[in-house]
Amino acid sequence: METAIKIAVDQVEPPQSPAPETGGESIKLRTIGLSVRYRERLALRGISLNIPANKVTAIIGPSGCGKSTLLRCFNRMNDLIPDAHVDGKVLFNEMDLYAPEADPTEIRYRIGMVFQRPNPFPKSIYDNVAFGLRINGHKGNIDGLVQRSLQHAALWDEVKDRLKKSALTLSGGQQQRLCIARALAVEPEVILMDEPCSSLDPIATLAIEDLIRSLSSEYTIIIVTHNMQQAARVSDETAFLTTESDGAGYLVEHGNTRQIFTNPMDERTEAYITGRFG
Amino acid sequence: MRVRSGLDRQLRMLEDEVRTMGSMVEKAIARALDALTRRDLEAASQVIREDDYIDRKRFDIEEQCIDLIATQQPMARDLRTLISMLHITEELERMGDYAEGIARINLMMGDEPLLKPLIDIPRMAEKATSMLHRSLEALVNRDTVTALQVCNDDDDVDNLYDQVYNELLLYMIQDPKTIKRATYLLWVAHDLERIADRATNIAERVVYLVTGKMEEINVSKY
Repeated sequence: METAIKIAVDQVEPPQSPAPETGGESIKLRTIGLSVRYRERLALRGISLNIPANKVTAIIGPSGCGKSTLLRCFNRMNDLIPDAHVDGKVLFNEMDLYAPEADPTEIRYRIGMVFQRPNPFPKSIYDNVAFGLRINGHKGNIDGLVQRSLQHAALWDEVKDRLKKSALTLSGGQQQRLCIARALAVEPEVILMDEPCSSLDPIATLAIEDLIRSLSSEYTIIIVTHNMQQAARVSDETAFLTTESDGAGYLVEHGNTRQIFTNPMDERTEAYITGRFG
Repeated sequence: MRVRSGLDRQLRMLEDEVRTMGSMVEKAIARALDALTRRDLEAASQVIREDDYIDRKRFDIEEQCIDLIATQQPMARDLRTLISMLHITEELERMGDYAEGIARINLMMGDEPLLKPLIDIPRMAEKATSMLHRSLEALVNRDTVTALQVCNDDDDVDNLYDQVYNELLLYMIQDPKTIKRATYLLWVAHDLERIADRATNIAERVVYLVTGKMEEINVSKY
């Protein structure tokens, strides 16, 4: 898989926003001076951010600060939005995701995504998980991969006796875990989660949070969340974005989650996480 | 839009409660020393009885902190404030116990006169009480400079304790019949030395509240 995307490593420009000390850890994704415009409106400005491998990174910030826009840059989902224009670099394993030769479909296999609302296909539980494998022309043991994905998503025990039933018969929390299993089936390296618990009840939310923690040893996870307690519970690192009068989101602070939530460096982060603005 | 004004108000009220508790402890230390100097057993008994109010205050403040943690999900400075308040009230409660301890020593001495006029012990009490007072001022003003001074002042109290100890040891060596009465005073000096240590703990919590750094600033000799 590592060589599937044949793209060049570009020259690295100096970062324009603060980046954390990496401490020698492996960096899975990196943005350098990343800006996004929708037509004339600047949505993100000069984001330079390192995402460590096999850790959970939370992106927090007030509404409209560009969290989801940033997340979508990591697997080129912004390509699907008309008039979206991306400047700067996004490096995945040091390969430029926006190089002309990079294949967005291949990128999305390796960098999967889970959305706010569970969006299972109107198919069986089994077929939902197998879907990506089949359209990818997978020739191996699909049964084994489906089982493994459902086990990784902590759903297997609940559905193993009804794999042929419609996915729409599952509860909201189960559907979201099914969507995670579907993302896992194609063996991604990174999972992007955009408010994955916003439509779930508290118990289903805690189940997804447990799952995120358990997945982090094998996958790099980036989660966008409005729920700061959730960011504090599930993530290893937290990035705080905000906006100013021009409406463009920018990175204020990125660091160890424990530090961000007990003693942030920047007054703007302090004001946001203590609920004094936002 | 101003948000979390309710939490701000509750945190201010909590801090007022901690200051009130600090005043109660300051008074308890002063009264226990005064009762000892005058050998006033009734006044000593009153210090012992009133320690219950200090204990009750500590639990009230703890309950308020726990309620705010459970219901408000405090983060960053708010969280550090609440954690610091929890620790500071525990320190204050223990200081109240030392004041009570001095009052109990007074009662144990019964009709026996003081071994000697008290000179360094009131100085220790004055320094330790001042450290307590300034540590709480540092809390109110979020003043790390004063907090660090409080920590440094613990050395003065330790030095006074050395003097008291050496002086009382001399009495005991010269006349073993004084051992019992000298030991009473040694216990009093020890309680005061511990009060000063607890004041430095409060000052360290102030530094934590302001900077987020947890560290022992001045390690006591005792």
